[in-house]
Amino acid sequence: MAPKTSPEVGGMGHSVRRKEDPRFIRGKGTYVDDVVLPGMLYLDIVRSPFAHAKIKKIDAAKATAIPGVLAVITGQDLAKYNLHWMPTLMSDTQMVLPVEKVMYQAQEVAAVLATSRYAAADGAAAVLVEYEPLPVIVDPKKALEPGAPVLRTDKKDKKDNHIWHWEWGNRAETDRLFTEAEVTVKQDIYIPRIHVASIETCGCIAHFDKVNDKLTVWMTTQAPHAIRTVFALVAGHVGLSEQNIRIISPDIGGGFGGKVPVYPGYVIAVAASVLTGKPVKWIEDRMENLQADSFARDYHITAELAAKKDGTLTALRIKTLADHGYTDAAANPSKFPAGLFHVCTGSYDLKAAHVEVDGAYTNKPPGGIAYRCSFRVTEAVHTIERMADLMAHQLGMDPAEFRMKNFVKPEQFPYKSALGWEYDSGNYAGALRKAMDTIGYADLRREQAEKRKRGELMGIGISSFTEIVGAGPSKHFDILGLKMFDSCEIRIHPTGKAIARFGTKSQGQGHETTYAQILAEELGIPAADIRVEEGDTDTAPYGLGTYASRSTPVAGAAAAIAARKIQDKARKIAAHLLEAAEEDLVWETGKFSVKGAPNRSKTIQEIAFAAYTNHPQGLEAGLEAVSYYDPPNLTYPFGSYICVVDVDKGTGEVKVRRFVAIDDCGNIINPMIVQGQVHGGLTMGLAPALLEEISYDEIGNIQGGSFIDYLLPTAVETPKWETGHTVTPSPHHPLGAKGVGESATVGAPAAIANAVVDALWHLGVRHIDIPITPPKVWRLLREKGVTE
Amino acid sequence: MLVKVSINGEKHEADVEPRLLLVHLIREVLRLTGTHIGCDTTHCGACTVLLDGRPVKSCTMFAVQASGHEMTTVEGLEQDGKLHPLQEGFMAEHGLQCGYCTPGMLMTSVAFLKKNPKPTEDEIRLAISGNLCRCTGYVNIVKAIQHAAAKLQGGA
Repeated sequence: MAPKTSPEVGGMGHSVRRKEDPRFIRGKGTYVDDVVLPGMLYLDIVRSPFAHAKIKKIDAAKATAIPGVLAVITGQDLAKYNLHWMPTLMSDTQMVLPVEKVMYQAQEVAAVLATSRYAAADGAAAVLVEYEPLPVIVDPKKALEPGAPVLRTDKKDKKDNHIWHWEWGNRAETDRLFTEAEVTVKQDIYIPRIHVASIETCGCIAHFDKVNDKLTVWMTTQAPHAIRTVFALVAGHVGLSEQNIRIISPDIGGGFGGKVPVYPGYVIAVAASVLTGKPVKWIEDRMENLQADSFARDYHITAELAAKKDGTLTALRIKTLADHGYTDAAANPSKFPAGLFHVCTGSYDLKAAHVEVDGAYTNKPPGGIAYRCSFRVTEAVHTIERMADLMAHQLGMDPAEFRMKNFVKPEQFPYKSALGWEYDSGNYAGALRKAMDTIGYADLRREQAEKRKRGELMGIGISSFTEIVGAGPSKHFDILGLKMFDSCEIRIHPTGKAIARFGTKSQGQGHETTYAQILAEELGIPAADIRVEEGDTDTAPYGLGTYASRSTPVAGAAAAIAARKIQDKARKIAAHLLEAAEEDLVWETGKFSVKGAPNRSKTIQEIAFAAYTNHPQGLEAGLEAVSYYDPPNLTYPFGSYICVVDVDKGTGEVKVRRFVAIDDCGNIINPMIVQGQVHGGLTMGLAPALLEEISYDEIGNIQGGSFIDYLLPTAVETPKWETGHTVTPSPHHPLGAKGVGESATVGAPAAIANAVVDALWHLGVRHIDIPITPPKVWRLLREKGVTE
Repeated sequence: MLVKVSINGEKHEADVEPRLLLVHLIREVLRLTGTHIGCDTTHCGACTVLLDGRPVKSCTMFAVQASGHEMTTVEGLEQDGKLHPLQEGFMAEHGLQCGYCTPGMLMTSVAFLKKNPKPTEDEIRLAISGNLCRCTGYVNIVKAIQHAAAKLQGGA
């Protein structure tokens, strides 16, 4: 679709160069660790070597004797202020610093406050802690066995390690369909624990100004406003009051969900600053980041799919065990403890489905946050897309043909899924057809057949995912009671330039550019003349932040609605200036003109000037608007990905030869940025598919706690992504947009896993859990008698 | 210990602890914060600077080891108000998102294009494989480097 605005205006559809880049390419961004305040102190954290142990004694004498070390803070110190525990976003509880025992390896045990970074680290190394090891549970299945030691001894009435049971869907009807099904497939699927590992770790500077009673926190957070409220609620009893708390989220070096939670380090830094009256900086290192910050996934899934002999799908049944570590510190909307996992019927028209999830405590770090994905959607997509492939192969049908047969059809939208979601729009067959044409699907299948005859292992994998993003409608969506709206405030200056502020916070998505483009589209003011600001709670309107691909669906919609309010007022001013009736004015980008007399017109810039210099009597001066947008529904981006892999029989290495991604995120704001989001998302889909996993040995020692063994894809492993799109606008979003930041992360792992299984199906391989590493494949090949 | 370095053409002297990491000299003593820290194990490359023209990971060198040497950081790439072709390339090709890995990526690429002015795509990918980017998927970083290579060739 051709853009409505000129390149000079730079509205939607233009690949406008990013406003953020000039500072970043000069090294002039301001990330948290770049901020230095006079008299600033440094915090370092002592961490537990044990996964479960009583703390018998903390001896700080050697640490405090080190020059520059000012204090060692323990749980006992925080307990005096009742700050040693804090609530999680899921209304569970989490230790800030322990008083009795530690629950996972690398848990915070004490904090050292010092005048320099090095002194703080020396101090942390010198704190002597005496532990008494306790039995460790790392396997959530064992955690739920009768007689398993109860981990959460802090909870008086807790008799087991079960957190919650949640289920959704029509159990009776699903069971009935399974009983009468002609074909069923069943598979255990483990989606392992992984870590977002943004290249910037987490950290903060807390500065409590005792004279003015004001706390300012520069912090790596994706949700500054919610954090402010959480701080006020958690520390209200020690005198922190919300009007005196300012959270500043400066430039953020990648978030992906990992910068949503409140980590103990932030709280300790705030407490230390409140007590000392000095600024306190805490920056975690990479190992702390990987070992202690919230993990993602860790879902043990058993899925079953039912179909008729002709390939028509009928029902889906899923049971899942969710390993939450020692506390449920996920970041899901409160009504949904398993997030939006019940989008697991995916792109398919099923008659019924039922899904159950049980949460379990183990001696592992807390979490269950996203890995660049909307609340458990990757888990859902991976499951249904693996199962769809399994069923297709079982029936002897081509996986593409099987999907085409079972897709929700374009004429079925708005479509009510078997689990109750109302999908807004889609053309699933259109996206898959385009992906097949782009990659040359039929030729690839021919090539595969020939190679198979020669004993070569080549596979083709498809993933036709449907996402659910843009949380969310206030009726169902809140975090700690805060409804999940988002906001935009626009001020048009007299000279026709503008500033707009938002409740979200970019971590690389380019909001300064794309939000300006939305306003340019709606108001005709060039994007270059619009300054976008986010992340300072003293200036920006309240919003729930950036995660779960919600910025465009929610705050982007707020931008459009606020701009339309501006346009409404501009119409009144234009009528006054043109001495015409409001209803006789016609708006075309950037100006109002009189119907039938196009030369009688006023530009938005002229109107803005008049708003401050010649506004009509009876109308307030100024040209400003604010919108708090409560979305009527979620948005459902979708796409079809096709991946071609070659498997090395000698080493077990999987090489992604080609990967075609066709995405549909509705109307596009900036094609360049959308493509960049897809490239990045695909790479964060490749990563858990082939490389990344954080596992533990039987006594809770983390395996993969540094970049030495937690492998992020480099430019060498990453294929040259081939991208394209179809456009199916969202009918309820004011711009027809849907959000795109996470689609590729959600959709890609299944395409890769399906391709590898496809390459090995004839050998009897039915499933491989991700990450599909060379040793895993090598062992499998040897089991199946394949040699080099 | 006294450290004497030249960074971006300016001479600096500082009295530092022998164990001070070069990246901390650059960021905290000299306050050039464009050089970033992303890991503790020399894997991510966010701290890459040029030492006598060679890319080094400044988190794994002591400041004292740099004494007597010339360094360039990302802040030194722009000359007389003119951006380096790589800086131009990264903007033109959308080779950055959060910007955190970008300075290191730029410095590695500057040294690489000096050594190999007409690289293939595979050579570029290998050259930047010591610099991790979590946002871009590398496709546009490769394009940015190709963009700069073409520009540097044209200008020569």
